Amino acid sequence: MARPARGLLDKRLVFVTGKGGVGKSTVAIALALAAARAGKRTILCEVAAQEHLSEVFETNEIGFHEVEVGDNLWAISIDPEDSMREYVLLQLKVKPMRDLLFKSRIFTYLAAATPGLKELVTIGKIWELALDERKSADAQPYDLVIVDAPATGHGVGFLQTPRTFAEVAKVGPIRQQAEVLDAFIRDPERTGVAIVALPEEMPVNETASLERDLAGQVGLTVDRIYCNGLYPERFADDEIERVEATLPEAGGGARAALRAARTEHRRAHDQRLQLARLEENCEAPVSSLPFLFEPELELEEIEMLIEELAL
Amino acid sequence: MSSVAELLADKEICVCAGSGGVGKTTTAAAIAAGMAARGKRVAVLTIDPAKRLADSLGLPELGNTERQVDPALFADAGIEANGGELWAMMLDSKQTFDEVVREHAPDAETRERILNNRIYQQLSSALAGSQEYMAMEKLYEIHAEGRYDLLVLDTPPSRNALDFLDAPSRLLQFIEGRALQMFMKPTGFGMRVFGRGASVMFSILRRITGVDLLEDLAEFFQAFSGMVGGFRERARKVNDLLSNDRTSFMLVCAPQGAPIREAVYFHRKLKQAGMPFGGVIVNRVEYGDEREERSSAAELGDLLGDSELGARVSANYEDFLALAARDRDNIARLGHRLGTDAVIEVPYLDHDVHDLAGLAEVNRYLFADSASERAAIAAAV
Repeated sequence: MARPARGLLDKRLVFVTGKGGVGKSTVAIALALAAARAGKRTILCEVAAQEHLSEVFETNEIGFHEVEVGDNLWAISIDPEDSMREYVLLQLKVKPMRDLLFKSRIFTYLAAATPGLKELVTIGKIWELALDERKSADAQPYDLVIVDAPATGHGVGFLQTPRTFAEVAKVGPIRQQAEVLDAFIRDPERTGVAIVALPEEMPVNETASLERDLAGQVGLTVDRIYCNGLYPERFADDEIERVEATLPEAGGGARAALRAARTEHRRAHDQRLQLARLEENCEAPVSSLPFLFEPELELEEIEMLIEELAL
Repeated sequence: MSSVAELLADKEICVCAGSGGVGKTTTAAAIAAGMAARGKRVAVLTIDPAKRLADSLGLPELGNTERQVDPALFADAGIEANGGELWAMMLDSKQTFDEVVREHAPDAETRERILNNRIYQQLSSALAGSQEYMAMEKLYEIHAEGRYDLLVLDTPPSRNALDFLDAPSRLLQFIEGRALQMFMKPTGFGMRVFGRGASVMFSILRRITGVDLLEDLAEFFQAFSGMVGGFRERARKVNDLLSNDRTSFMLVCAPQGAPIREAVYFHRKLKQAGMPFGGVIVNRVEYGDEREERSSAAELGDLLGDSELGARVSANYEDFLALAARDRDNIARLGHRLGTDAVIEVPYLDHDVHDLAGLAEVNRYLFADSASERAAIAAAV
């Protein structure tokens, strides 16, 4: 069925999506680190002031400009208002015209009030980063753009915006622009999509429906699903039977340790059932990423995931 | 000292707020079930199409109207209802938006123009804050009907957990965009106000958007502008309802660094907005019983009659203790920053919660009288 797609790192643009709290940013960072190590000039984009990247890379300089955060690795935080200005600058070459527009209340209203326009210009900026010939002055092209996409609430919202605009606007520059964006993100040679999920009931259901909606409503094929936070199977069933048999006679610290073993085993077991459901209910290949018994995931811990990305 | 029952004793509305992925929907359902078990008529409004949760509540699906959970299911899950009732509904924000338009439209023609406008049809769900606003709208409507003792609202999984607080005012700002409306009629009143500037602006905008999109937008804004009065009045009422002392905001978070930071930020915003903060619920807390003396790997090996297994059990426990220590520190910091002792911890249960029995399990912690009682329950499992 699905033809052998190019690997994620061979694309120009990769959206990392999924619902909130599943570790989307962690996976996006790991992918970007992997690409940069493989020698690709890579940029990592976060959307709408999450400040997550600034924390991980321990810098407060990540804003609406490209900042070098490592070898071959850049980062940018995409702000819709800045994107809007940039878009207008590119559309209107005449300076007095732009000044007039930016000063006008009307423009502010239109920009703030038009549904979906913020998402459209945000995707526009992401696309600009992925071009061979960048539109911004003096900007260098990237081999790969990795986007830590907004958490999906319901449905596909963000990624569907260009298509919706292409349909709503019958003619004119916005329609042209929306069509260009839509075509770019639907081209599997250039654009990839990874969904991050957790091996739990609801996230599995939501991932399966997100994959279906991306295909049905946007025409996007998901390249890979990362099942994040999978507990290792540290104990065999018969070992846990022995642990449970010993529990009643154990007191104090021993009891707490035995319970922790039982907990680990139960979670690892339940998660594998959910992982199987994920594989069964989704079309895209599923790779699992281990749960890291680390209090906080900083750069050093995220690097531990690179090997597991199945690239 | 704090239990959810105590925090909500004389409340009519409980808003569960927090960032995505922290178990908000489950917490809202658990609070509602727990209060119903204490004899209240409770309705939970969720925005999450949690199919299995609907199943477990015995509801084929949750729709835009409330449905009652079969009392027999409570008995099956070992919960006494004590005359209470649990109702649930899933908010359909597009449908609610349509209802709001029907209600506020000044006449049939305006109503049809909005409902048939392509921008409205395609993009209104993307309208900033519309889902949040619709949640508030529905909450207001059901509260006004007065059929329940308590309403529990599960807020939308917005990127920014605060969105719903200023959703009414943002929506208002949007439809009050009169300047836009005037300019959209470049030959009429707008021209007199903006003069030549407006027609120049119009041509510039046309250059970057395209004329038909502008026309659709113009119609969209014009149609909405007729509803400003109704919206403004409603937004004010919703705000009054949320800020009065019969409403309580419960923050829901998880014990990792990022969700804790978000809870602190959110609490500050609540205070600034003059909204009544009730307490904070921290889900999935890893408990390590540090009051107990640590057993060595050798002791565990002796106990299990297998030294190699004993070593692995010991190493595994060290990992869990590290997570427990992080959670304990983060939660202490949270209580301190919020200046509250209304911090309710729910342990990371061994199994996923997705039915009434699971909710009852969560409620043993939510409704326990004190932190020490919660710790005792956790230790006894």
